[in-house]
Amino acid sequence: MIELNGVSKSFDGGAIFAVRQVTLQVPARSFVAVVGRSGSGKTTLLKLMNRLLEPDAGDIAIAGQPVRSLPPYALRRRIGYVFQGIGLFPHMSIAENVGITPRLVGWPEPQIRARVEELIDLVALPRTYLARMPAELSGGQRQRVGIARALAVRPAIMLMDEPFGALDPVTRDTLGSEYRRLHDGMQLTTVMVTHDVMEAVLLADRIVVMRGGDIVADGPPHELLAEHPDPEVRELMETPRRQAERVRILLEERAARG
Amino acid sequence: MDERLRSALHLLPDYLSQHVLLSAAALILGTAVSLPLTVAASRSAGVRWPVLGLASVIQTVPSLALLALFYPLLLGLSSVCRHFFGFGFPALGFLPSLLALTLYSILPILRNGVTAITGLDPAILQAARGVGMTRSQRLWRVELPLAAPMIMAGVRTAAVWVIGTATLATPVGQTSLGNYIFSGLQVENWVWVLFGCGAAVALAIVTDQLLALVELGVARRRSGFVWLGVGLLLVGIAAAGAVPLADAGRGGYVVGAKNFSEQYILADLIADRIRAGGQAASERTDLGSTIAFRALAGNELDVYVDYSGTLWTDILGRTDFLPRGPMLRALHDELRRRYGVELLGALGFENAYVLAMRRDRASALGIRTIDDLARVAPQLTLGGDLEFFARPEWRLLQARYRLAFHARREYQPTFMYRALTSGEVDVITAFSSDGRIAADHLTVLKDPLHAIPPYDAVLLLSPRRAADPYLRSALAPLEGALPITLMREANYLVDRPTAKLEPAQSARWLERAAHLTGGF
Repeated sequence: MIELNGVSKSFDGGAIFAVRQVTLQVPARSFVAVVGRSGSGKTTLLKLMNRLLEPDAGDIAIAGQPVRSLPPYALRRRIGYVFQGIGLFPHMSIAENVGITPRLVGWPEPQIRARVEELIDLVALPRTYLARMPAELSGGQRQRVGIARALAVRPAIMLMDEPFGALDPVTRDTLGSEYRRLHDGMQLTTVMVTHDVMEAVLLADRIVVMRGGDIVADGPPHELLAEHPDPEVRELMETPRRQAERVRILLEERAARG
Repeated sequence: MDERLRSALHLLPDYLSQHVLLSAAALILGTAVSLPLTVAASRSAGVRWPVLGLASVIQTVPSLALLALFYPLLLGLSSVCRHFFGFGFPALGFLPSLLALTLYSILPILRNGVTAITGLDPAILQAARGVGMTRSQRLWRVELPLAAPMIMAGVRTAAVWVIGTATLATPVGQTSLGNYIFSGLQVENWVWVLFGCGAAVALAIVTDQLLALVELGVARRRSGFVWLGVGLLLVGIAAAGAVPLADAGRGGYVVGAKNFSEQYILADLIADRIRAGGQAASERTDLGSTIAFRALAGNELDVYVDYSGTLWTDILGRTDFLPRGPMLRALHDELRRRYGVELLGALGFENAYVLAMRRDRASALGIRTIDDLARVAPQLTLGGDLEFFARPEWRLLQARYRLAFHARREYQPTFMYRALTSGEVDVITAFSSDGRIAADHLTVLKDPLHAIPPYDAVLLLSPRRAADPYLRSALAPLEGALPITLMREANYLVDRPTAKLEPAQSARWLERAAHLTGGF
C-alpha cells in the first residue's frame, strides 16, 4: 500500500540525515507502529508519506502510484492525518472541523452533514457537541474529533503522529483500543508514530524501530519482544516486557492467594 | 444662540460630510492596500522588513508635512501625465489628502495583521496542510479568519488616526473639520476651534465604536454584529455622500481665500457680489499662500484676491522690484502669458509687510523710520510670521538698512501681535491693512529707502473664467473701492479681542461702507 524506496531527507543540506536510505513496505490493512527516541527520524518519515516534507532522494508510492504524481493537497485529501497537537481549527465548530475535508473536496452540503453525524457517532461523542467550539472540549474529546476529521472522506490510509501522546493514561488506553477497532472495521492501513513502546506493542501488528534516520529493527511485536541482536532495540523493548512480567507476577500472586 | 456657534453649525453639513468622505475613502483604500501587503509580508521575511520599515518611516513624517509633500509630487506627476497623455489631475484638495491619509492608515493595519498571521499556532497551520488545503484555502479559511480580530483592531487604530489627521487636509485645499480649527485659530474664534476639535473627536469615537462592534462580531463569529456595524458605517458614508451631491446640483462660482481674516472677509464680499446678481457661489478657504494661486491656475478656484508683491516674488520668481504702476502692468501681462490667469484690477488698498512697534516703546527709543530702528536693532528682538524670514523682503530690508537684531522669533500671526503687546518682542512684521495696527496703538515704521515692494490687493480670475462676462461685471465695482482705512476697520471687526464679528458680517459692513450694496 505504502512503499518507500531508498528515501533520504536532510534538513541541513546533507550533513545530518533525519531519514537515511530508508526502504519500507506497508501492506494494505496493516497497522505499523514506528518507534524510536526523539530525533530518530520517525516523524520525518511519516511526513514524507503525505508530502508535508519532500524527500531529498528516493521514491515514495501509495497504492502503486508515485506521490509526486499528485499535487500535495490532493494527496493529503486521500490520506487521514492525526497528530499530537491535534490542530483543530479554533474558529470552526466541531461540525465544521470534521466536515472540512469533504467541503474542500466539494461534497454537497447534505452529504457532508450526514457524514459528520456518522463520524461523531463513530468516535462516540454526543451529537450535541457538533455545535460546540474546540475550546469547549477536553483533550480526549478533541482527539476523538481529530480522528473523526481524519476519517471524513473515507481514506484508506491513516498517518498518526503521537496521536494519544498528550492524553492521560486511561483515556489514552481507551482511545487506542477504540481506534484499533475502527482500523479493523474500516480495513484501514495505519502508520502510527509513538515514543511509547507499550502502546506500539499493544496496538500494532508490526513495529519499526528507528535510530539516527535508519531502521534498526522491523518485525511483529512478539518477535521484537524476544531476543534481538541490537542492544538498543533490546533495551527499548525491555520496558514493556518488564512491565508485562511485573503485572503477570502480581496477577499470579493474587491467584495463588485467592 | 451665540453667533459663532450658529455659523459653525451652519457649515457643519459641508465640513462634516467632506471630512467623512475623505476619511472613509482613505481608510477603505488603506485597508485595500494593507491586506495584500500583510499577506505578502507574513509569507516572506524578505518582504516583511522593508515593508514594515517603510510604513514606520512614513508614520514618523509629521502629518502636515506628508500632506504638503504630496502637492509638489502630484504637480510634477500631473504635468508629466499632461505631457504624455494630454490630461492632468488636480494636485490640490481631495487627491493629495487621500493619498497622504491612505499612507498613514497602512502601518497599524499592516503591523497588526503581520503580527497576527506570523504568530498563528504552527500546529494549526500544519493541520491545515494535513487536511488537504491549498495555499489559498489556508489563507482564506484559516489564516485570515484567525487573524481577523487583530486586523480589525488595526483598522480601528487607523480609523482614529485618519479622522484626526484629516483635519490637517484644510491647508492643502480639502475642506474638512479642520476648517473650523484653522479659521478659528486665525481670527481667535475659540468657539470654532473647540467646535472643530469636538466634531472630529465625536466622529472618531462614533467610528471607533462602530468598528468595535464589527471587531466583536468577527472575534465572536457573530455575523449580526458585523453587519450591524458595517451597515451603520455605510449609512453614515452614504449620508455624507448625499450632501455634496445636493451641493453639486447648485454649481456656481468658487471663491478662494487664504488663511487670514482679510481673505475671509474679501471672499465673503466677492461671493455676496456674485450672489447679488443671481448666480451661486461657494467658498474654499484656508488655502496656503501659493496653493491658492495654483488652484486658481488649475481652474479649481474661479476668483480670489492676492497681493502684487507676493505674486511678483512667489509666482513669477522675480527678485527685482518695480514701482507700483509698471509692476501691476507687468504682472497682468506675465500672469496671462504664463498661466492664463486674468488680473482684473486692484481693490484700492495695500497689504504690505511693514515693521511695527508699540507706540510708547517707539517714542521712548525715538524711532520713526527703519533707519532709526537700525541703530538700536542689536538690542531688540524681532517677531515675524512663519514665512517672513524666508522671503526676499527680509533680505532686502536687511541689506538696505543693515538690520541686525539681538534675536528673532517666529509666530502664527495672532500670537505675533500678542507677543508685541506683552513685550516678548520689540518689533514685528505686521501687515499694513491689519486692523490691529490701529487697535493696538502700533507705530508703523517708515521705509524711506523703499526696500519693501508694493503689495496691492488684486482680483485674480481663473483661466476658465478670464473672459466670463458675468463675473467681470459682478466684480468690476470692487476695483479701487476699498481704501486702506476701510479694510483695516473691516479686519478689526473680526480680529478685535471682544465683540468680534464673523467675517461674513464684516463683509456686509464693508459693502455698506464702500457703497457696494445692491445688484448690478
